[in-house]
Amino acid sequence: MSDEMIRIENVSFEYESYGDKKPLKAVDNVSMTVEKGEYLVILGHNGSGKSTLAKLINGLLLPTKGDVFVKGINTKDKDRIWEIREIAGMVFQNPDNQLVATIVEEDVAFGPENLGVPPEEIRRRVDKALEIVEMSEYKKHAPHLLSGGQKQRVAIAGILAMKPECIILDEPTAMLDPIGRREIMNTLRKLNSEEKKTIIHITHHMDEAVEADRIIVMEKGKIVMEGTPREIFSQVEKIKELGLDVPQVTELAYELNKEGFNVPSNILTIEELVDAL
Amino acid sequence: MIKNITIGQYFPTNSVIHRLDPRIKIIITFMFIVSLFFVTSFYPYFLILAFIALTIKLSRVPFKFVLKGLKPLLLIITITFLINIFMTKGEVVLSIGPLNITKEGIRQAVFMALRLIFLVMGTSLLTLTTSPISLTDGIEKLLSPLKRIGVPAHEIAMMMTIALRFIPTLLEETDKIMKAQMARGADFESGNIINRAKNLVPLLVPLFINAFRRADELAIAMEARCYRGGENRTRMKELKLNRNDIIAISFSLIFFIFIASTRYINIRSII
Repeated sequence: MSDEMIRIENVSFEYESYGDKKPLKAVDNVSMTVEKGEYLVILGHNGSGKSTLAKLINGLLLPTKGDVFVKGINTKDKDRIWEIREIAGMVFQNPDNQLVATIVEEDVAFGPENLGVPPEEIRRRVDKALEIVEMSEYKKHAPHLLSGGQKQRVAIAGILAMKPECIILDEPTAMLDPIGRREIMNTLRKLNSEEKKTIIHITHHMDEAVEADRIIVMEKGKIVMEGTPREIFSQVEKIKELGLDVPQVTELAYELNKEGFNVPSNILTIEELVDAL
Repeated sequence: MIKNITIGQYFPTNSVIHRLDPRIKIIITFMFIVSLFFVTSFYPYFLILAFIALTIKLSRVPFKFVLKGLKPLLLIITITFLINIFMTKGEVVLSIGPLNITKEGIRQAVFMALRLIFLVMGTSLLTLTTSPISLTDGIEKLLSPLKRIGVPAHEIAMMMTIALRFIPTLLEETDKIMKAQMARGADFESGNIINRAKNLVPLLVPLFINAFRRADELAIAMEARCYRGGENRTRMKELKLNRNDIIAISFSLIFFIFIASTRYINIRSII
């Protein structure tokens, strides 16, 4: 069991309602585990409960029913909530609203400062974190002068400096342009393969999901599909029914296959399609 | 562009003065202000002028930047000058209608104007040579002994930091909303003052709503990064006093005590 990072057991979460409205059930009886070192993508469109699930893992929200364990610690354990947040760092959608300080390196230092890390160690962690996200040359800059992708990488560095084992990213690319998105995707890949961090990446961009180890698709607070990218995207019809898109290449291959061409229907990248043709 | 605004008037040159500990600089500025009010004659002003000149020289901030700080206060200085020159009673040198200019009035007016000018120059030297961040750090450290009597030193500093961080963000947003509303026919430039104020409503409402939303998200993000107030918090850059700081504070202390003491001893009898 030592390889288990996060375990979610029969978790439901309801947002409190005001007035006569029925309470909104954002997460509905979800169970899942995340292995150490895994790159998990959670897909779903707006309102599917994926962001709520992320906040439940980090202890920002507590489940109405069920339990969430991070490395065996229950998020309901008030005394160890900071320990949980140290293990499972979280990056949010809007890079502007998660940077605290007026200088990049000061902001990256914010997390470890909160943890009470000694100054020399903070310095080391900050330099290392900025190096990993390739922002070292901007360490004296003001955040508001950086591009969206750069700001988001600073936010990731801020989490990295806390030395988490797991990083949860809640739609980190939603507010970025294509260049910024590519930067973030490269960073995530690096974090997973080189730094051995467990990544939980929440998104609604299909092409960002292709490189995951495993995909979970959510709909109305429930897990509706689960599997490797290849398994998920070969079910083109089902995905479309859920109102989601498959990557363009996959769809093309699928259509070709349907028309009787000899092309496998579970193609994920352009290269694969070129080879198959 | 609105994006290139600088906060405060910090002028980085990395001089000896810039590298002084912000706490020391705040204390020196404070001593400077207090001692100015002890001065009753013109002679100590020469010493103060020399002190300011020396600081400017050492800081390598161009003189015109120091003077720039005076601009917004020009009106107040002028009014003070005029009030003093006309309202002081004494030996009349010149009468303009009902107004009398007295000898004492001229002396008093020049004296008060100089005091104000020195006051502004001294304090703007602090903000010219200290970045907002180190200023905040300095204030936090200086206030921290007061925590025991309930002064929220850390919280004040944190608020100042966040305010500084979000000023450019909110300015940018104002610009964006303004353009969006103008594209829909909003008019921010014409009409009388009341109409103009009314026209600001479509700008201010979204700006405030967004600011609250930002505050909410920032609070969640800070909590996710284990922020729980100032307790047990460490800092990456600890403020440390070095030799220059000790020299600066000792020299200033002696200097300002001397300046203040001129009120009680007759300086002319010494020189």
